[in-house]
Amino acid sequence: MVQYKFAPLDATFAALSDATRRSVLEQLGRGEASITDLAQRFGMTLTGMKKHVAVLENAGLVVTEKTGRVRTCRLAPGGLEAEAAWIEKYRQRWALRFDALDEVVTELKAREEANGRNEQDGGSTEI
Amino acid sequence: MAGMNKTVVVRKSDLELVVTRLFDGPVELVFEAWSRADLFQRWWVPKALGVPLRACEMDVRTGGGYRLEFGLDAANAMAFYGTYTDVTPPSRIVWTNEESGEITVTTVMFEDQGGKTLLTLSELYPSKAACDEALQGSAAGLPLQFEQLDELLAEGVA
Repeated sequence: MVQYKFAPLDATFAALSDATRRSVLEQLGRGEASITDLAQRFGMTLTGMKKHVAVLENAGLVVTEKTGRVRTCRLAPGGLEAEAAWIEKYRQRWALRFDALDEVVTELKAREEANGRNEQDGGSTEI
Repeated sequence: MAGMNKTVVVRKSDLELVVTRLFDGPVELVFEAWSRADLFQRWWVPKALGVPLRACEMDVRTGGGYRLEFGLDAANAMAFYGTYTDVTPPSRIVWTNEESGEITVTTVMFEDQGGKTLLTLSELYPSKAACDEALQGSAAGLPLQFEQLDELLAEGVA
Protein backbone atom coordinates (compact mmCIF):
# COMPACT_ATOMS: atom_id res chain seq x y z
CA MET A 1 0.00 0.00 0.00
CA VAL A 2 2.96 2.30 0.54
CA GLN A 3 3.38 3.04 -3.15
CA TYR A 4 -0.20 4.37 -3.19
CA LYS A 5 0.44 6.93 -0.50
CA PHE A 6 0.17 9.98 -2.76
CA ALA A 7 -1.59 9.02 -5.97
CA PRO A 8 -4.92 7.84 -4.60
CA LEU A 9 -5.74 11.03 -2.75
CA ASP A 10 -5.80 12.88 -6.07
CA ALA A 11 -7.80 10.03 -7.54
CA THR A 12 -10.14 10.06 -4.56
CA PHE A 13 -10.88 13.78 -4.86
CA ALA A 14 -11.35 13.46 -8.61
CA ALA A 15 -13.74 10.57 -8.02
CA LEU A 16 -15.67 12.50 -5.37
CA SER A 17 -15.93 15.67 -7.44
CA ASP A 18 -18.84 14.20 -9.38
CA ALA A 19 -22.35 14.18 -7.91
CA THR A 20 -23.37 10.93 -9.66
CA ARG A 21 -20.33 9.11 -8.34
CA ARG A 22 -21.03 10.34 -4.82
CA SER A 23 -24.58 9.04 -5.15
CA VAL A 24 -23.28 5.71 -6.44
CA LEU A 25 -21.09 5.42 -3.34
CA GLU A 26 -24.06 6.21 -1.13
CA GLN A 27 -26.11 3.61 -2.95
CA LEU A 28 -23.39 0.97 -2.57
CA GLY A 29 -23.23 1.89 1.13
CA ARG A 30 -26.67 0.32 1.36
CA GLY A 31 -25.57 -2.88 -0.37
CA GLU A 32 -23.84 -4.29 -3.42
CA ALA A 33 -25.31 -3.79 -6.87
CA SER A 34 -24.57 -4.75 -10.46
CA ILE A 35 -23.59 -2.15 -13.03
CA THR A 36 -26.92 -2.80 -14.74
CA ASP A 37 -28.79 -2.07 -11.46
CA LEU A 38 -26.85 1.13 -10.99
CA ALA A 39 -27.34 2.27 -14.58
CA GLN A 40 -31.10 1.77 -14.23
CA ARG A 41 -31.31 3.44 -10.87
CA PHE A 42 -29.44 6.51 -12.11
CA GLY A 43 -31.11 6.57 -15.53
CA MET A 44 -27.82 6.16 -17.37
CA THR A 45 -26.48 4.04 -20.17
CA LEU A 46 -24.49 0.97 -19.25
CA THR A 47 -21.40 2.52 -20.83
CA GLY A 48 -21.80 5.73 -18.82
CA MET A 49 -22.16 3.85 -15.55
CA LYS A 50 -19.20 1.61 -16.39
CA LYS A 51 -17.05 4.72 -16.73
CA HIS A 52 -18.15 6.09 -13.37
CA VAL A 53 -17.55 2.75 -11.68
CA ALA A 54 -14.10 2.54 -13.29
CA VAL A 55 -13.18 5.94 -11.83
CA LEU A 56 -14.40 4.84 -8.39
CA GLU A 57 -12.52 1.57 -8.74
CA ASN A 58 -9.28 3.33 -9.73
CA ALA A 59 -9.64 5.57 -6.70
CA GLY A 60 -9.85 2.45 -4.54
CA LEU A 61 -13.34 3.33 -3.34
CA VAL A 62 -15.18 0.48 -5.03
CA VAL A 63 -14.29 -3.09 -5.93
CA THR A 64 -16.00 -5.06 -8.66
CA GLU A 65 -16.25 -8.75 -9.38
CA LYS A 66 -17.44 -10.41 -12.54
CA THR A 67 -19.54 -13.53 -12.26
CA GLY A 68 -20.72 -14.80 -15.63
CA ARG A 69 -22.10 -11.75 -17.40
CA VAL A 70 -22.81 -9.75 -14.28
CA ARG A 71 -20.32 -7.33 -12.74
CA THR A 72 -21.09 -6.71 -9.09
CA CYS A 73 -19.91 -3.54 -7.36
CA ARG A 74 -19.42 -3.00 -3.67
CA LEU A 75 -17.67 -0.48 -1.46
CA ALA A 76 -13.98 -1.25 -1.08
CA PRO A 77 -12.90 -2.47 2.34
CA GLY A 78 -11.39 0.54 4.05
CA GLY A 79 -13.82 2.63 2.00
CA LEU A 80 -13.87 4.96 4.97
CA GLU A 81 -11.09 6.67 3.06
CA ALA A 82 -13.85 8.45 1.18
CA GLU A 83 -15.06 10.06 4.37
CA ALA A 84 -11.48 10.87 5.38
CA ALA A 85 -11.05 12.62 2.04
CA TRP A 86 -14.27 14.60 2.54
CA ILE A 87 -13.17 15.61 6.00
CA GLU A 88 -9.80 16.70 4.64
CA LYS A 89 -11.48 18.91 2.05
CA TYR A 90 -13.72 20.42 4.73
CA ARG A 91 -10.64 20.98 6.90
CA GLN A 92 -8.89 22.75 4.04
CA ARG A 93 -11.79 25.16 3.70
CA TRP A 94 -11.58 26.08 7.40
CA ALA A 95 -7.78 26.26 7.25
CA LEU A 96 -8.07 28.82 4.42
CA ARG A 97 -10.53 30.88 6.43
CA PHE A 98 -8.52 30.66 9.60
CA ASP A 99 -5.31 31.70 7.88
CA ALA A 100 -7.19 34.81 6.72
CA LEU A 101 -8.56 35.29 10.25
CA ASP A 102 -4.98 35.09 11.53
CA GLU A 103 -4.12 38.12 9.43
CA VAL A 104 -7.05 40.10 10.82
CA VAL A 105 -6.10 39.16 14.40
CA THR A 106 -2.47 40.13 13.76
CA GLU A 107 -3.66 43.53 12.52
CA LEU A 108 -5.89 44.07 15.54
CA LYS A 109 -2.99 43.14 17.79
CA ALA A 110 -0.74 45.69 16.10
CA ARG A 111 -3.47 48.30 16.55
CA GLU A 112 -3.82 47.49 20.28
CA GLU A 113 -0.09 47.69 20.76
CA ALA A 114 0.06 51.04 18.96
CA ASN A 115 -2.79 52.34 21.16
CA GLY A 116 -1.00 51.13 24.26
CA ARG A 117 2.11 53.02 23.27
CA ASN A 118 0.16 56.20 22.53
CA GLU A 119 -1.45 56.09 25.94
CA GLN A 120 1.91 55.70 27.59
CA ASP A 121 3.37 58.52 25.54
CA GLY A 122 0.50 60.76 26.55
CA GLY A 123 0.96 59.79 30.18
CA SER A 124 -2.72 58.93 30.46
CA THR A 125 -2.38 55.24 31.28
CA GLU A 126 -4.71 54.21 34.05
CA ILE A 127 -4.55 50.87 35.79
CA MET B 1 2.22 34.97 10.47
CA ALA B 2 -0.49 33.10 8.62
CA GLY B 3 -0.66 29.36 8.51
CA MET B 4 1.49 28.69 11.53
CA ASN B 5 -1.14 26.97 13.60
CA LYS B 6 -2.84 23.80 12.58
CA THR B 7 -6.53 23.47 11.84
CA VAL B 8 -7.86 20.16 13.13
CA VAL B 9 -11.20 18.59 12.21
CA VAL B 10 -12.88 15.72 14.02
CA ARG B 11 -16.20 14.15 13.22
CA LYS B 12 -17.47 13.73 16.75
CA SER B 13 -20.63 11.88 15.83
CA ASP B 14 -22.95 11.24 12.91
CA LEU B 15 -24.30 14.74 13.47
CA GLU B 16 -21.37 16.82 14.62
CA LEU B 17 -18.17 18.21 13.11
CA VAL B 18 -15.68 19.96 15.36
CA VAL B 19 -12.90 22.28 14.17
CA THR B 20 -10.14 23.57 16.45
CA ARG B 21 -7.33 26.03 15.93
CA LEU B 22 -5.00 28.19 18.03
CA PHE B 23 -4.67 31.93 17.30
CA ASP B 24 -1.76 34.10 18.39
CA GLY B 25 -3.87 36.83 19.92
CA PRO B 26 -6.05 37.40 23.01
CA VAL B 27 -9.67 36.19 23.07
CA GLU B 28 -11.03 39.75 22.96
CA LEU B 29 -9.44 40.36 19.57
CA VAL B 30 -10.43 37.03 18.07
CA PHE B 31 -13.97 37.63 19.30
CA GLU B 32 -13.89 41.09 17.73
CA ALA B 33 -12.84 39.63 14.37
CA TRP B 34 -15.90 37.33 14.55
CA SER B 35 -18.43 39.86 15.71
CA ARG B 36 -17.72 42.94 13.55
CA ALA B 37 -19.15 42.58 10.05
CA ASP B 38 -16.39 44.65 8.42
CA LEU B 39 -13.73 42.35 9.89
CA PHE B 40 -15.72 39.11 9.59
CA GLN B 41 -16.24 39.39 5.85
CA ARG B 42 -12.53 39.86 5.29
CA TRP B 43 -11.70 36.35 6.43
CA TRP B 44 -14.92 34.31 6.25
CA VAL B 45 -14.64 34.28 2.47
CA PRO B 46 -10.92 34.38 1.74
CA LYS B 47 -10.05 35.22 -1.86
CA ALA B 48 -8.65 31.74 -2.35
CA LEU B 49 -12.20 30.35 -2.16
CA GLY B 50 -13.02 32.30 -5.31
CA VAL B 51 -16.63 33.12 -4.33
CA PRO B 52 -17.38 36.80 -3.76
CA LEU B 53 -19.50 37.87 -0.82
CA ARG B 54 -22.26 40.18 -2.11
CA ALA B 55 -23.88 41.12 1.15
CA CYS B 56 -23.08 40.67 4.81
CA GLU B 57 -25.51 41.80 7.51
CA MET B 58 -24.79 40.75 11.07
CA ASP B 59 -26.51 41.77 14.28
CA VAL B 60 -24.20 39.93 16.66
CA ARG B 61 -26.14 39.81 19.94
CA THR B 62 -28.36 37.17 21.48
CA GLY B 63 -31.55 37.11 19.42
CA GLY B 64 -30.03 39.07 16.52
CA GLY B 65 -29.98 37.81 12.95
CA TYR B 66 -27.52 37.53 10.10
CA ARG B 67 -27.64 37.16 6.35
CA LEU B 68 -24.75 36.41 4.02
CA GLU B 69 -25.10 36.39 0.27
CA PHE B 70 -22.52 34.85 -2.03
CA GLY B 71 -22.23 34.88 -5.78
CA LEU B 72 -21.03 36.77 -8.80
CA ASP B 73 -24.37 38.48 -9.42
CA ALA B 74 -27.95 38.56 -8.12
CA ALA B 75 -29.12 35.78 -10.44
CA ASN B 76 -26.50 33.36 -9.15
CA ALA B 77 -26.51 34.39 -5.51
CA MET B 78 -26.73 31.98 -2.62
CA ALA B 79 -27.97 33.22 0.73
CA PHE B 80 -27.20 31.92 4.21
CA TYR B 81 -29.18 33.18 7.17
CA GLY B 82 -30.13 32.47 10.74
CA THR B 83 -30.19 33.79 14.30
CA TYR B 84 -27.63 34.30 17.02
CA THR B 85 -29.02 32.30 19.94
CA ASP B 86 -26.23 33.04 22.41
CA VAL B 87 -23.62 35.78 22.23
CA THR B 88 -21.39 35.94 25.31
CA PRO B 89 -18.40 38.25 24.70
CA PRO B 90 -15.64 37.36 24.50
CA SER B 91 -16.05 33.63 25.00
CA ARG B 92 -18.92 32.31 22.91
CA ILE B 93 -21.12 32.81 19.84
CA VAL B 94 -23.89 30.36 18.94
CA TRP B 95 -25.98 30.73 15.82
CA THR B 96 -28.45 28.81 13.71
CA ASN B 97 -28.28 28.29 9.99
CA GLU B 98 -31.75 27.97 8.54
CA GLU B 99 -31.77 28.39 4.75
CA SER B 100 -32.06 24.65 4.11
CA GLY B 101 -35.35 24.47 6.03
CA GLU B 102 -33.66 22.41 8.73
CA ILE B 103 -31.68 23.96 11.54
CA THR B 104 -27.94 23.55 11.90
CA VAL B 105 -26.43 24.95 15.10
CA THR B 106 -22.90 26.32 15.12
CA THR B 107 -21.14 27.02 18.40
CA VAL B 108 -17.81 28.81 18.46
CA MET B 109 -15.88 29.11 21.70
CA PHE B 110 -12.84 31.24 22.45
CA GLU B 111 -10.64 30.04 25.32
CA ASP B 112 -7.70 31.92 26.74
CA GLN B 113 -4.44 30.01 26.64
CA GLY B 114 -1.80 32.26 28.12
CA GLY B 115 -2.67 35.26 25.97
CA LYS B 116 -3.43 33.13 22.91
CA THR B 117 -6.85 31.88 21.87
CA LEU B 118 -7.94 28.31 21.42
CA LEU B 119 -10.90 28.38 19.07
CA THR B 120 -13.33 25.45 19.01
CA LEU B 121 -16.11 25.44 16.46
CA SER B 122 -18.82 22.81 16.44
CA GLU B 123 -21.39 22.32 13.69
CA LEU B 124 -24.35 20.26 14.82
CA TYR B 125 -26.51 19.04 11.93
CA PRO B 126 -30.14 17.98 12.15
CA SER B 127 -29.41 14.55 10.61
CA LYS B 128 -26.58 12.30 9.50
CA ALA B 129 -27.61 12.95 5.90
CA ALA B 130 -27.27 16.71 6.40
CA CYS B 131 -23.85 16.27 8.02
CA ASP B 132 -22.68 14.00 5.17
CA GLU B 133 -24.07 16.48 2.68
CA ALA B 134 -22.11 19.32 4.28
CA LEU B 135 -18.89 17.33 4.02
CA GLN B 136 -19.56 16.25 0.46
CA GLY B 137 -20.67 19.75 -0.45
CA SER B 138 -17.36 21.13 0.71
CA ALA B 139 -15.63 18.67 -1.60
CA ALA B 140 -17.91 19.47 -4.52
CA GLY B 141 -18.24 23.21 -4.00
CA LEU B 142 -14.57 23.91 -4.27
CA PRO B 143 -12.63 23.59 -7.45
CA LEU B 144 -10.17 20.76 -7.08
CA GLN B 145 -7.26 22.55 -5.60
CA PHE B 146 -4.53 20.16 -6.43
CA GLU B 147 -1.81 22.72 -5.96
CA GLN B 148 -2.93 23.14 -2.42
CA LEU B 149 -3.23 19.42 -2.05
CA ASP B 150 0.32 19.08 -3.31
CA GLU B 151 1.50 21.51 -0.65
CA LEU B 152 -0.33 19.49 1.90
CA LEU B 153 1.26 16.29 0.71
CA ALA B 154 4.65 17.97 0.68
CA GLU B 155 4.10 18.75 4.34
CA GLY B 156 3.51 15.06 4.88
CA VAL B 157 0.05 15.59 6.32
CA ALA B 158 -1.53 12.93 4.16
